[in-house]
Amino acid sequence: MKYAYFPGCSLHSTALDYDESARAVAKALDVELVEVPDWTCCGASPAHVTNTFLSLSLPLKNLQSAEKISRQMVVFCAACYSRFKFAEKSLAENQIKEKIKKIINLEDIPEVKTRHFLDILINEIGLENVQNRKKQDLKGIKVACYYGCLLIRPPKVAEFDDPEQPSCLDNLVEILGAVPVSWPYKNECCGASLSLSRTDIVLKLTNDILQDASEAGAECLVVACPLCQANLELRQKDINKKYRKDFSLPVFYFTQLLGLALGIDKKSLGLHRAMVSGDFLLKEKGIA
Amino acid sequence: MLVVDQLPKTELQEIPFKTKIPRIGVFICHCGINIAGVVDVEKVASEFAKIPGVVHSIDYKYMCSNPGQELITTTIKEKKLNGVIVAACSPRMHETTFRNAALKAGLNPYRVEIANIREQCSWVHQNEKEKATEKAIQIIYSILEKVREDQTLEASHSDVEKKALVIGAGIAGIQAALDIAQAGYPVILVEKESCIGGHMTKLAETFPTLDCAACILTPRTVEVSQTPKIKLYTYSEIEEISGLVGDFRVKIRRKARSVIEERCTGCGICQEKCPKKNIPSEHEEGMGTRKAIYISFPQAVPNIPVIDRESCIFYKTGKCKVCQKFCEPEAIDFEQQDEIIEEKVGAIVVATGFKQLGKDLYGEYGYGKYKDVINSIQFERLQSASGPTLGEIRRPSDGKIPKIVVFIQCVGSRDRSKGIPYCSSICCMYTAKHSMLYKHKVHDGQAYVFYIDVRAAGKGYEEFWARAVEEEGAIYLRGRVSRLFEKDGKIVVRGSDTLSGTQIEIEADMVVLASAICAHPSAIELAKKLRIPYDQYGFFTEAHPKLRPVETTTMGLFLAGACQAPKDIPTTVAQASAAASKVLGLLSQEKLSHDPITAVIDDEICSGCGLCVEACFYGAREIDGIKQISTVKEVLCEGCGACTVACPNGATQLKNFTKEQILSMVDVML
Repeated sequence: MKYAYFPGCSLHSTALDYDESARAVAKALDVELVEVPDWTCCGASPAHVTNTFLSLSLPLKNLQSAEKISRQMVVFCAACYSRFKFAEKSLAENQIKEKIKKIINLEDIPEVKTRHFLDILINEIGLENVQNRKKQDLKGIKVACYYGCLLIRPPKVAEFDDPEQPSCLDNLVEILGAVPVSWPYKNECCGASLSLSRTDIVLKLTNDILQDASEAGAECLVVACPLCQANLELRQKDINKKYRKDFSLPVFYFTQLLGLALGIDKKSLGLHRAMVSGDFLLKEKGIA
Repeated sequence: MLVVDQLPKTELQEIPFKTKIPRIGVFICHCGINIAGVVDVEKVASEFAKIPGVVHSIDYKYMCSNPGQELITTTIKEKKLNGVIVAACSPRMHETTFRNAALKAGLNPYRVEIANIREQCSWVHQNEKEKATEKAIQIIYSILEKVREDQTLEASHSDVEKKALVIGAGIAGIQAALDIAQAGYPVILVEKESCIGGHMTKLAETFPTLDCAACILTPRTVEVSQTPKIKLYTYSEIEEISGLVGDFRVKIRRKARSVIEERCTGCGICQEKCPKKNIPSEHEEGMGTRKAIYISFPQAVPNIPVIDRESCIFYKTGKCKVCQKFCEPEAIDFEQQDEIIEEKVGAIVVATGFKQLGKDLYGEYGYGKYKDVINSIQFERLQSASGPTLGEIRRPSDGKIPKIVVFIQCVGSRDRSKGIPYCSSICCMYTAKHSMLYKHKVHDGQAYVFYIDVRAAGKGYEEFWARAVEEEGAIYLRGRVSRLFEKDGKIVVRGSDTLSGTQIEIEADMVVLASAICAHPSAIELAKKLRIPYDQYGFFTEAHPKLRPVETTTMGLFLAGACQAPKDIPTTVAQASAAASKVLGLLSQEKLSHDPITAVIDDEICSGCGLCVEACFYGAREIDGIKQISTVKEVLCEGCGACTVACPNGATQLKNFTKEQILSMVDVML
């Protein structure tokens, strides 16, 4: 299977470990990822509050480049996923379509479907297939699967999992041998880009999420979005200070846990880059 | 069915109407100032006075008044008219009136046409009087073309089977069946469950008077079983319906109950001895249990059990038969098969009720996941003296008495994003009732109600709601709930209070969801069998939202209760009685006459392509097996014209709406 791969800004910078683990996992599952040439930012999260047409033109420009590689484009970032999906849906309206075509000088709208890697994992590769390739069990490690907002909402855009009771990550980690905990905050907002402008809000939201996860007995969190990861992991120190907590919960990308189960070494999965290290937990569980 | 030809025919019938020379009268109505205030009616009248073939043209203040009708009748006689145009309001208003007036003068009513110059002209062009006058003239010109070619048509007649079918034996079906039977006509009452009474059997007390539902319903269900004119088929469903008003042929599937009804004495020993326990009870909405052979509830009518073959040990393993061993009258029959019964009826009342929204749409509320989040019918069972807790309010998870209960209204209803934009109509009132009854039973408890608006429009409803707040201390919070989750044995309710503009979190012991009233999942399938229209939500559509609220567009089929729209018990009963009176009106007729405006087929042109068969909603078209051309079953044809549009070569025409007539009507307009 060959897919165009849109890393987006985060996976080339703050979420390098997501990019590394994504490529490693894809390789192990015989999925060929070809990076979209000359890609630009997808517009998340400032473009759509600035100008509708800008927010649609940016994804379209990228899809145009992706079309040369494959008719399907994979993203890993939930925010990118949301912007591409929004663009896809909005272009169903003729008026908008014609205007966008003019803006970026397109003859035809590229027929490229954007998919999150989780979607491909579940619906193309299949969890059964993943299980067959499993080389290492995750040994009952208790995981709080955190979905956040944009991966599953709004339902008419994401069309992917149940918007209120999502389960795809839970199903995945369960197959890998981990134990997903049942917790209500799995799709509460983490504050996203308010992290920089209104840190106080993000601290409250992420504190609530981490508190609920640890009360549910989770030893770590797993996410599918670089922004969620950053807010939940990088902010733990500030949360501990402000709310007098002592959180030390590793926040893994699902690709990292998947990679471990597929027998990929920790370095290739970028696990050494974590700010809240998962080493201790993994060692304790005996996961190499 | 038209009533026009039921009037006594007069001695003037011998007037030679079929003469080719048109003698047309044009009558222009002022409709007070409705038309005359915009259209220059005198000018219109004088315009048509000049037209060849029009022998009389006159305007009048109220054509539909008695003197107005008299004017038409006498003019037809005096001027020997053979065609009449009344330029007035919509034909839906007074076409029948004027056709009757013509009939009195001996003119065939199908030679009377209405030119709609009110709804289609004066009302919509109030600021353009001159142009409106011109348009009125144009409209009448086009109708004139139609009248010139109109044929004399005679209504056909058929017999009426003096028996009614009522589908569904909830409170609506019961009321309709009793009303019809009391008037002396036999009724067949079909219920898909094993006993009758529907949702009302599950209710504890009813708003706004708080009388016990069982106390007011049981006398009715017993009356059904004791009325000889009512033939009751429970555990039965409609298999097929064919025929038409006055002569419906119905096939009823009596599902195998595994109990011979005639032998069973209802002693209940089978139920007592059945070893298969702990099956979630449908009657208790899963809050209680039943056996594999069971009578839904103690007052069930008929008091005859049914074996749930999915759960029964015998049907699974081939062994057991404990119930059979203990059954003295030998009523248990494991070999019983479904039985198809055929009945012939003249009219049908559809009263199939509703279903409450399940758990699909609101994942954030965790219904089905958190034990202490229940829906309103389940809460009714908790309150019911015969319910799983014998009327004590105890929460499902641990049986504790909940001290804080949160009620959430509009779960689904009025939520466009979930595809249910309509109001479920009864939730505001039953939630007020719930909060009140809760307080009656748990004195130190506190009820919270999240609402959007309180809609209390019925008699005594506003006072009832006020009582819940002022006397029973329910706290009403205007806003929606974003999510529920479990924490330390409580259900945390997170919502907003839009009046104070704040977020609220309540740690409740139990949460009750007022989930939307939805159409029954099988409603659409039934609608297709019955050939009645339904809306996008699956509710059956009445013929007119105001003036024909219990009729459907299919003659002889009437609606009662929540299958048409969500409604409370008083409204349901009123509608059921209305449907019954419509049925009685029909059954008491000696003969039914059918509108002669039907499709006709020109055998020589028809190629037998079958497009008309597909286009016909009423099953009135079929391909003749021998001739290989299309035929029209006139009694079934409603004259809608869909087939004439579908017909590619014009072989199918509608009487008095022929292609030639319509084209010449268009021609004069252009």
